[in-house]
Amino acid sequence: MREVMTGNYASAYGAKLARAEVIAAYPITPQTSIVEKLADFVATGELKAQFIPVESEHSAMAACIAAQTAGARTYTATSSHGLALMHEVLTWASGARLPIVMTNVSRAMAPPWSVWVDHMDSIAQRDTGWLQFYCQSNQEVLDTIIMAYKVCESSGVMLPAMVVMDAFILSHTSEPVDIPDQALVDSFLPPYSPDLKIEVGKPMGFGSLVKPDQYMEFRYKAMLGMKASRDRFLRVEQEFKNIFGREHGGLLERYQCDDADVVLVAAGSVAATAKDVVDSMRAKGHRVGLARIRSFRPFPHDEVRALAGKVEGIAVLDRSYTFGAAGAMFTETKASAYSVQKRPVMKNYIAGLGGRDITPRILEKIFEDIQVVSKRGAEDEVEWVDVAGLPRRWR
Amino acid sequence: MGKPTIPETEFTFPGSTGCPGCGANLVMRYLLKGLGERTILSIPACCWAVMPGYWPSTCLKVPLLYTAFEATGAAMSGLRAALDVKGIKDVTVVGFAGDGGTVDIGLQAMSGAAERRTDGIYVMYDNEAYMNTGIQRSGSTPWGAWTTTTPVGSTHGFKHEAKKDIMAIMQAHRIPYAATVSVAHPEDFIKKVAKAKEVKGFRFIHAMSPCPPGWRMNPMHVVEVARLAVDTHAFPLYEIESGKVRITRKGKGAPVSEYLRFQGRFSHLTDVEIAAIQKAIDENWQMLLAKEASGT
Ligand SMILES: Cc1ncc(C[n+]2csc(CCOP(=O)(O)OP(=O)(O)O)c2C)c(N)n1
Ligand code: SF4
Ligand SMILES: [Mg+2]
Repeated sequence: MREVMTGNYASAYGAKLARAEVIAAYPITPQTSIVEKLADFVATGELKAQFIPVESEHSAMAACIAAQTAGARTYTATSSHGLALMHEVLTWASGARLPIVMTNVSRAMAPPWSVWVDHMDSIAQRDTGWLQFYCQSNQEVLDTIIMAYKVCESSGVMLPAMVVMDAFILSHTSEPVDIPDQALVDSFLPPYSPDLKIEVGKPMGFGSLVKPDQYMEFRYKAMLGMKASRDRFLRVEQEFKNIFGREHGGLLERYQCDDADVVLVAAGSVAATAKDVVDSMRAKGHRVGLARIRSFRPFPHDEVRALAGKVEGIAVLDRSYTFGAAGAMFTETKASAYSVQKRPVMKNYIAGLGGRDITPRILEKIFEDIQVVSKRGAEDEVEWVDVAGLPRRWR
Repeated sequence: MGKPTIPETEFTFPGSTGCPGCGANLVMRYLLKGLGERTILSIPACCWAVMPGYWPSTCLKVPLLYTAFEATGAAMSGLRAALDVKGIKDVTVVGFAGDGGTVDIGLQAMSGAAERRTDGIYVMYDNEAYMNTGIQRSGSTPWGAWTTTTPVGSTHGFKHEAKKDIMAIMQAHRIPYAATVSVAHPEDFIKKVAKAKEVKGFRFIHAMSPCPPGWRMNPMHVVEVARLAVDTHAFPLYEIESGKVRITRKGKGAPVSEYLRFQGRFSHLTDVEIAAIQKAIDENWQMLLAKEASGT
């Protein structure tokens, strides 16, 4: 069934189709309509679940952790400050190897207050042991939530996942979305049944104290889980495609990259605009392409490496900035590209923070810049795009 | 001699890593005797997060979910929601936290769980400071006590702020049952726990929990000190059922100095300061009596 809906509703439908059993969430702009919709689904009985209207995001995640430990499939959604408040318990969820799935509507951090898109919130949680999937469309949001449960719940992975969508550009923008048939989703995603859960009659401690001679093994195993999630994700997407007839491009979606001289690497909704720009530039004879980081965790290391070996220049667009270094997408892309024989020239473009529009014209200029830079090298490795007071004109 | 009223079954194994004489050990022991095996515990950071022992052992005969310091209330809600959605009945969900994890950093999550009427029992074992991190003041540390962050110095000695009245805070949440218990009165303790177990909704147990290293006292005086806390009205035993206060042990009203003198954390106090403590205790006691009389 096709319906026109916002990214937030697509998210709520994703959780409903996945038959989340416990939902604990706290409202924050621009995530609120996800929670409201799910509260409705539960209230009307359309979704058989427990909805916990917690008093904070920290409690939302802590409640999901407890419920998931007791064997329930859980879901939550948040954004920016809510995600930051969760930080402590995010590491708890992954350390406890709980396949919780959460939507994060990416929004800027204050001060100054801003409710608009920016990836700093989720990038700042990069090291918490969560899988992170950045979406480009509302359909992808819905599909990724369902896929994420299947990836995360497989016994070789058992880690939580964050499905990231851009504030307002996706969360509040309506697009046609195909709502898959529940029976098909059920055949794709069986009920959650972990090997181990907390239950009476089995006196065990979940999360006990360990000594230095034990701790690293827990971390090592979590690393193995994350590593396994790469192949698992690709297989799950293939299976998804077989059943539902669509896919979204694996860990790193490549658009017109095969014969490209330069490519733009980006994540999130800006990729859709960038694809249009690639088309129009190609029409004028420029061999440009787009590589969309769909999975930031696990990072598509092999895919980036393969791409880096074929092109002369890579522009990486970051919608956040890691102070004292560069954009995180850039540093990671660069790290993956480092080991190829003939390294491309790489440059980082910081753009679109706090919801600033990244126009087709800006993307075109980034492509033009990387075309020049790829021939003679970059003077500044990191450039802030479209900032008042800087000499270069972007609009 | 009458028949012993304390159940003989133990739900704790020997091997807790608590200090010798730890009051919190007794709190757990009596609590589980009152609750039985169909109990799931959640414990945040506190001494009791360490006391079950190193992974993969545990000294408890009930399952235990460790949680973040401030998250006990939320963990209770999550556990209960999962049990409900799975249709699992007759399980008591228990949050078991220290005073710091309750009256300070965990107050929000607990208040949330109480307001949501999460079906479970929240137990606060009160050793009146952050003991796990080495005896720092908490909102539950009484006026006059030494801790490492309220050092007795020339300008600003000991703690100059009163203990938070957590029972009043919980009463204001209109929860169906709240009670104070003491390890010096195990029968009363277990009776209240058993009563709490039968109530539906959010229930609260405030357990006085003497701590020999933190209170600077000899471990052999733990039960005696707990008894004196009750007898001097420093820690009255009462319950609040559907909003109504009932004092369960009136006690002799012995002078508070009897209670204080066993504890090094109060050894710096002058007679004037002890008199001030006595005055505050008397006022609290009168207030409690008035509450009981007025049926609130
Ligand atoms: C967020 C956070 N802050 C601080 C700590 C450190 N910490 C662990 S236990 C503890 C004190 C616990 O005090 P209380 O709740 O009274 O329990 P007790 O140790 O006295 O039994 C502190 C401060 C922590 N684990 N987590
Ligand atoms: S410090 Fe106090 S509360 Fe903690 S284990 Fe030792 S005696 Fe028990
Ligand atoms: Mg304490």
